[in-house]
Order: sequence, then C-alpha cells, then structure tokens
Amino acid sequence: MRPVFRLLSNELIERIVSEARDILCNLGVEIHNDGILSMLSDHGAKVDFGKKHVLFTADIIDKALEAAQDSVELYDVMGTLTHELRDHNVYFTPGSAAINILDPWSGQIRKPSTADYVEYAKLMSGLDNIASQSTAFIPADVPEKISDSYRLFLSLMYCEKPVVTGAFTIDAFNVMKDLQLAIRGSADALRKKPLTIFSCCPTSPLKWSDVTSQNLVDCARHFIPVEYISMPLSGFMAPVTLVGSLVQHTAETLSGVVLSQLTQPGTPIIYGGSPAAFDVRYETTPMGAVETQMIDCACNEIGKYLNLPTQAYIALSDAKKLDAQAGLETSMGATLAALSGINSISGPGMLDFESCQSLEKLVVDNEICGMTLRLIRGVEPKEDFPAMPIFEELLKEKHLLIANHTRKYLHDEHYFPGAVIDRANSSRWKEEGSLTIGDRAKMEIKRLLETWEPTELPDDVLAEMTVLMNKEAAKFGMNSLPHENL
Amino acid sequence: MELLSQISFNLQNGFDETVIDLTKEAVEKRIPPDEIMNNGLIAGMNVVGEKFKNHEIFLPDVLLAARAMNGAMEVLKPLLIKDGIPIKGKVVIGSVKDDLHDIGKNLVAILLKGAGFEVIDLGNDVPAEQFISVAIEENAHVIGMSALLTTTMPVMKKVVDMAKDEGLYGKIKIMVGGAPVSKPFAEEIGADAYSYDGANAVETVESFFREDS
Repeated sequence: MRPVFRLLSNELIERIVSEARDILCNLGVEIHNDGILSMLSDHGAKVDFGKKHVLFTADIIDKALEAAQDSVELYDVMGTLTHELRDHNVYFTPGSAAINILDPWSGQIRKPSTADYVEYAKLMSGLDNIASQSTAFIPADVPEKISDSYRLFLSLMYCEKPVVTGAFTIDAFNVMKDLQLAIRGSADALRKKPLTIFSCCPTSPLKWSDVTSQNLVDCARHFIPVEYISMPLSGFMAPVTLVGSLVQHTAETLSGVVLSQLTQPGTPIIYGGSPAAFDVRYETTPMGAVETQMIDCACNEIGKYLNLPTQAYIALSDAKKLDAQAGLETSMGATLAALSGINSISGPGMLDFESCQSLEKLVVDNEICGMTLRLIRGVEPKEDFPAMPIFEELLKEKHLLIANHTRKYLHDEHYFPGAVIDRANSSRWKEEGSLTIGDRAKMEIKRLLETWEPTELPDDVLAEMTVLMNKEAAKFGMNSLPHENL
Repeated sequence: MELLSQISFNLQNGFDETVIDLTKEAVEKRIPPDEIMNNGLIAGMNVVGEKFKNHEIFLPDVLLAARAMNGAMEVLKPLLIKDGIPIKGKVVIGSVKDDLHDIGKNLVAILLKGAGFEVIDLGNDVPAEQFISVAIEENAHVIGMSALLTTTMPVMKKVVDMAKDEGLYGKIKIMVGGAPVSKPFAEEIGADAYSYDGANAVETVESFFREDS
C-alpha cells in the first residue's frame, strides 16, 4: 500500500475551488499584457484594457480545465524518459534561482560565479535521488540579461537530467527554446519529448506581469511544460488562515491554467506553487514553517482533485548553514511532500528563504530524498508468507546474512544512504576522524566532481548550442563566456 | 583468464562451488597449494575486503566470498600441511565467561576464516583458563575475546593476566571487542588491540602478522 497523507476533505476542496472561481469571475485578475487581454476578450471574458483587468467566466475556466492534460512527461538530454508527473509519482528537483551560494570551502554566503554553476551541474549528475536539475542559482559574472539563458545552457552542457528553469525576460525565452530545439532536432521532437519545465509566477494578489504572462503563452505555443508558482503569504498578501491562502492560491493558479489552455489547448501544465506563511515577527516568509508545508500539501490535493500534475517548493530550509535546522526543515518538508504525492518536489539544496543554494546541502538532501522515496514504497510482503521456512533457516544457520531471501530482497527492501550519513559505531567514527556531516558532505562533493563524466551529446549539437549562446551573449556585449576559461 | 585469476574472480562473486572445482583443477594441474592460496583465494579476498571497506559491496557479499574461501581451504589444507606450509595464522576466539552473546563473535570468526586464518571457536561462556589452555595446546597466534555485558568484561583482564603468568605475553597477541569494550579499556587491561567491528578485527589480526614479519 502506497502511504498517502491527506489534509483536506473533498467537500472542503470543492468549497475552496468554488470560492476561487467566484473570485476570478467577480473580482478578476490584473494582467499587464494586452495580447493576452485580447485573447481573453475573444473568449468572452470581460476585459478593461485601461485597467489591465479581466473578469473570467465559468465557461472559460471549465474549458481550460477540460483541455488540460492529467500528466506531464520529461525526457533527459539524451531523450530517455525520466519523469511521469501524474498520480502519486514523486520526483525531487533542487530549489531554483537562488541569488547566493554557500561556499562549501569558506563557509561564506556569496554571489555565485559560472565556475560554481558548472560544479553544481556536474554534482547534480551524480545525485541519484534528485531526478531533475533546476537552474539552481544565477551566475553573477555575466550580464543579467543572459543570466537566465546562460544557466540553462550550462545545465544542458554539463548534466543530462531534465531542467526546471524559467526566463527573466520575454526575449530570453527564444534562445532558451532554441537551445532545446538544438538538442531535440525539431519542434515536433521537443513537443514529444519535453526537456524543461518553465516556472511562471503570478504576483500576489491576483496579478500577472507582462513578462511572466508572456512566458506562459510562449511556452504554451511550443508545448513546453509550465509550472505555476503562486505565492500567497498568509496574513500578509493573503488571508491569515490556511484555507484563505488556499483560496487565493487556487484562484491565481487557475488563472494561469486558463491563460495556457486558451493559448494552446492540451499544452503541458503543472499545478505548482510556493505559498508561505508570513512570520510577522521577522517580516520573512519561512519555507520551513509547518504551515507553509501544510499549504503546499493542501494545494497538491486541490491540484489532484482538478486532475492536474502537481509541484511545490517544500523540501528546503531557512537556515543559513548546513545545520540541524537545515536538516529538520528539509526532512519534514520532503517527507510530507512525498506522502502527499506532490509530483515535482522543489527545494533540495536551498537555504535562507529560497535565496541561497548549497552544494553541501544538496549532497545531504539527496539522502533525505532517498529515504523519503523508500518511505513511499511502503510495506509490502515479499515471499514472507508462510513465515515458518525462513525462521527454520534462521534457527538452523544462526543468521540470515547469506540466505537466498536476504540476497533477493536486501537492496530492494533497504535503502543504503551514501557516505554523508553516519552509521558507523562510535569507535569506528572516532578512528575515521570524528567527521561531522559537513565534513562528509565536502568529501562527497569532491568525490562526485572527480567521477563526473561529460555528456554524451554529439559534438555538432554542442557546437550549435555554443553558437546560439555566443550570439545571445554578443547582444549584451560579451564576446566570450566564462565557462570557456574553466 | 588464467586459472588463479578465475579462482579470485569467482570467489569475489561468492560462487563457492565453482571456486572449489577450480581449486581442485588447480591442484590437479600441479599448481603449488600455497600459490593457489595466495594468488587465487587470498588475492580475491583482498579485493573483497577493499570493496567492503569502500561500501561497494556489503556484508552478505563478504560472507559469501568467505564461504567460498572456506570450501577451497578444505581442499588445500591437507596439501599445505603435507608440504609443511604454515597456515596464515591461528586464532582462538570466544565470548567470555557468563556472556551468552555471540552474534558479534560469530561474525568475527566467519570473517577471519574467510580471510584465510584458522579459527578455533570456543563458543560462548568461555572461562579465562580455557582461552589460555587451548591457545597453548594449539600453538595459537592470537586470542580474541568478545563481551556484550559490562559485568563480564573483567574476564578479559583475567586472561591477559594469566597470559603474563604463563609467559605468553608478547608471544600470543590478545585482542578484545564487543559493544561496551573500547580502545582505552583494551589499553587499561594490557590487551594488544581492540577492534570495533568484524572487518576491523580482520585488519587487526593481519596487522599482527605484518608486525611479526
């Protein structure tokens, strides 16, 4: 039995969805994009172009939900299926778009460089429990206008896993799409085998900027999967109650569903989010708060009720270092998310309110993810009945270490974490240097970087991607890119 | 693949029957038994030990290799004795008096045998006198003692003291282990070594022989 954790009754979900629809139809949404407003108007929505405001109709919401697909697939750079985002399938992805990194060697929080990004992408290649990479942080040594496309470029060059990403400008979308076309070979091939998910964020409350709404439409036109990242902040930019925040999240996310599906019916979409509690003492948005995690899990239940694949920012921490808080908040989030069945769980590696990525933490979180993935496989009998024979064998042999039953099921039944998790007895631990989890994580980073193997993408594809990226960089005055000198 | 490499390879994979057959074949082909032991069996166990240490393989894999090793050693032992070639070393092992816990001790015994040592397992609840008398009778190189209870640990000191009285101290190495036992305790009672787990016990015994040679 796959263990599942639920917070909402169907009656409550129906009420929340119904209230959200009322808000969309009667209070409406602000959208700063005339093209999209025209499209909505053509479909019968009541648009005030001057105020950039639209009132949805029940009909277009229904039409959008009907057109949306209940699953999204992802394929890695080499074209192998890696993700089936549907039902209660669970995949982890690192928290994305941090502006800082925690330097593993100096222990300082600082701006990341291209060299850091390349290390990150190489590291991600070796973290087996984190199925996709994300464009996890923003290299600060290139112009801002290419920092979004460049990190996608680096990810695709150094790691074969599919990428959760996003564009910071309308123009950047084009090169980010073209990089994917270079890998897949054609628009049709990219449509059949999606390689990336674009995060598109409405602005709370009930608003879409020109850039994010246009990104959404551009993705839909090319069948590039989109995850909506609505961010209601309970008690600040959203009602203080969890239910009130859920109503807002539902309204904002449904508005995104409508924009995507009216642009291109059937385009792949993911019911995601990064809602948070708001800490009125510190004026911060704690991602490790239990209420944040509860809203995330509840949003997932609403997404599932609407037959959509889901995502949330949940397995992460607000600590500033790889400390006990980092471990406890990330573990609790990852566990709840997996039990809830959030399909794409964003967060690993992230600290400090989604602003700081840490390679050490990624290595540790990889183990949290591994344990969590084991948890949701549940407890199932495996040739355990009748029980007598195995106990007869135990009494005869005095142990079952080399029993056929043990050999058959050992690796399936038990998850063996890597070297970062300490399971030595204390004497051995002392003899091996009394290492802390931080020490072991650093050793693991070194090991994974040393054993990294380059992508198997053909040279002509790599060359085409390089030409695309160089052209984009030249537009902003860069004639060479930092990774060339690494 | 040459025969001794095949023995090593099959041992690493725990294919005991194949290892025994190949060992017999090697004997028939008149490969000297110590060469079969050193370049086939022990060579394979060394790889297994290294992989186990690096977490590339786990305890069951080591025990399967050890089982193959033991099977092959049964074939070689009479020949080695006939040729006057010493077995790698002899260890007398047991859980000390009043201690009925023998899981850890059993594991150490299996791993030592697997590494090519001759092991005389006295079982559990073993009085100090028996460790000493058997070690003398058998010309053992090492005495290994295990305890799980803090109340039975003093027996270990008694064995060390008796070994001194018998003039064995320094000739027979004494090692101790078990959950409540520690390196400082081993030093305090005058034991030669403490091991924190089975694989470490094998390393410790190996190190005794390196010291001697």
